[in-house]
Amino acid sequence: MIPLSAYVVVSAILFTTGLLGVLIRRNFIIVLMSVEIMLNAATINLVAFSHYLESMQGQIVALFIIAIAAGEAAIGLAIIIVVFRGKISTNVDEMNLLKW
Amino acid sequence: MAFLFFAYFAVVSIVAGILTVSLKNPVQCGLALLALLLHVSGLFVMLNAEFLWAVQVIVYAGAILVLYLFVLMLLNLKTDDRYFHAKTPYLLAPAAIGLAYLVFLLVRSPFSGSRGDASTAAILLNGDAHAVGIKMFSDYLLQFEIIGVFLTGAIVGAIVLAKTPKSVETRRDA
Repeated sequence: MIPLSAYVVVSAILFTTGLLGVLIRRNFIIVLMSVEIMLNAATINLVAFSHYLESMQGQIVALFIIAIAAGEAAIGLAIIIVVFRGKISTNVDEMNLLKW
Repeated sequence: MAFLFFAYFAVVSIVAGILTVSLKNPVQCGLALLALLLHVSGLFVMLNAEFLWAVQVIVYAGAILVLYLFVLMLLNLKTDDRYFHAKTPYLLAPAAIGLAYLVFLLVRSPFSGSRGDASTAAILLNGDAHAVGIKMFSDYLLQFEIIGVFLTGAIVGAIVLAKTPKSVETRRDA
């Protein structure tokens, strides 16, 4: 039997990896991918607690997280396309204005 | 046996996560993210969440990741010389120390709480999809509808954002 803390530790490591990715990467698309890693880490946590506490709620919320991740990916990539059309760059250091 | 599978899925997903944030070519990052998503779905199977496994493979690996790869190849990005933040080395050590402390706390924590009615035996009786469906369309129906409206709004927003804007002259004429 695998202890619950093993899943929680895996989730913590993945979350830290995603957080570091958001902080250190300069390409906006990779930053969004790192956000997906963080969302996946949260999902592992929810499903693990759902299994070990014998409740269905964690899995339901995990499904909602996947739906929200889909919306976030669509909107984020649309924003990237708009920015890329105006500036020919996806480097987050060069995006320092709300409007130009 | 179960421990071997858990170790495999956990180690490969962590390695794939590190590759996602450290590889230089964005397309390779996308493929590393694909490996991560598939192995996280393996962890869901270990936790008796077969429906979530299917949703993870279909929606995440099938739809969201393909969207990322489409945009990556559409934009045809050249790999930048500076693809990391200038102060990356100063961020790594605090992150490692913070993670070590977090893992130390998590391993020591006695996780417990009130148990629900969905034991493993009860789920296996009719399957995980049945259990999720019953719960989703009884207690969580309102949230389900809200997610539907949210996704519709996201689709409309994405289309409006990505549409080629009309020039000012044609807008005045119309």
